[in-house]
Amino acid sequence: MKLGGFLLLLSGWGIVLAALELLHGGAVAPFILAGFATEWVGLAVVARTHSGRSEDNH
Amino acid sequence: MGDSALSFVLCLFFILLIPFSMAGVALINAGLGRSRSAAHALTASLCVVASAGLIYYVCGFRLQGYPQQLGHFGGIEQQVTRWPGLFLQGVDYGVPLLAALLGIFSVGLCSIIPLGAASDRFRLSASCLSTVLLAAVTYPLFARWALNGFLAHLAAKPAIGRSYLDDGGSGTIQAVGGLTALALAWLLGPRRGKYSSGGVPAAIPAHNGVFVLFGSFLAWVGWTGLNAAGAMLSNAVAPERSLLVVMNTSLAAMAGGLAAAAVTRIRFRRPDASLIANGWMAGLVSSSAGCASLKPATAILTGFVAGALLVICVEWFEVGIKVDDPCGSISVHAVAGLWGVVAVGVFTSGAQLMAQIVGVTTLLGFVLPLTYTLNWTLARVVAYRVSSDGERQGLDLYELGADAYPDFVVHADEFTPR
Repeated sequence: MKLGGFLLLLSGWGIVLAALELLHGGAVAPFILAGFATEWVGLAVVARTHSGRSEDNH
Repeated sequence: MGDSALSFVLCLFFILLIPFSMAGVALINAGLGRSRSAAHALTASLCVVASAGLIYYVCGFRLQGYPQQLGHFGGIEQQVTRWPGLFLQGVDYGVPLLAALLGIFSVGLCSIIPLGAASDRFRLSASCLSTVLLAAVTYPLFARWALNGFLAHLAAKPAIGRSYLDDGGSGTIQAVGGLTALALAWLLGPRRGKYSSGGVPAAIPAHNGVFVLFGSFLAWVGWTGLNAAGAMLSNAVAPERSLLVVMNTSLAAMAGGLAAAAVTRIRFRRPDASLIANGWMAGLVSSSAGCASLKPATAILTGFVAGALLVICVEWFEVGIKVDDPCGSISVHAVAGLWGVVAVGVFTSGAQLMAQIVGVTTLLGFVLPLTYTLNWTLARVVAYRVSSDGERQGLDLYELGADAYPDFVVHADEFTPR
């Protein structure tokens, strides 16, 4: 789960880099925003996996 | 004195103010931690600054390189003929050395930031080794991209048209340090006794509010130097324009402090001293990226949003996602830093906003996984967290063998197992 979250973070960045390299004109901005959104999903997953661990460590 | 010499002296003066920001952050971290770990907090700050500075001198600046705009410093083109080598080889005296000195001080400040989130449980030796990774890999790599890499060259992409802008280091210094703080808080886990079995957080109050508030004033002085020197060296800002940088930095801090005061007054019915200090710091942090390009009114708005956001984020991290960040370092440096980067785009143009978002995606999508992986790997080799005995005893006695306040019995039950 944690690994999946970090992979989503990297994938989001990959989408942004790919959009910058491969696309032109107006198509770039939506893909940058899509990459940004993917990263937020990844961040939420990573945070959630760590949040469960904190409750165990009291 | 010519324009170039004036720029040089002024920039050197601003750089020499930066250690005040380190002193400020270190005092805030010490004050917000427990009394039994106060000396350890300040000792760790000194040790990580030393580790960061030395490793950056050895190989960090080699990886980072010069800013793209250094060639127009002071209105006169500077001759930077060679890429810097290891041990600053090939770095000429004058402006190139000034850039290296700014880098050493900046990485020093960046290295103190994670200590706040790892407070009261992070071993001294582990903090120094973790800093080596930060100063040798994470910080210089992102700084390279931001100052002279793909982020700095985004203007060449017709679809973007503007370069990533981060004059004082909201992203390069603050967000990198703040995201490392988040990675460390996740890896270390919460302090012993912070959360009940039901996940309810216990309040562990700051041990010295005076340190915290005085630290904010010190940081203000340091930040004006940091932002002004960064703007002059990385964005070729003219000496007279550095006044605008100082103005924007100060106004953003003031707005951040007052926003935190207002939000805590509404939220908790009375203003909270440590959150006001952190709101002030969030204002400073958010001001850095656009310190030379924002108008004073928009700098105030940037600081105000940062201060308000800080109060919400501190509570959300502690209660919502159970991240134990004793000094609020993640909210102050990562959240406010990222907001500062985005704010430059929000208050200038849509194209600039897109360039800033590319910078934020690099921080979240590359820097956070990188710093987490590096620290996770190091934690397999070196013990990061002190034993529960050490945590109970306090890091001063456990690691340093001497208390910060030997003449006072601050808590009689400190050595009694709970």
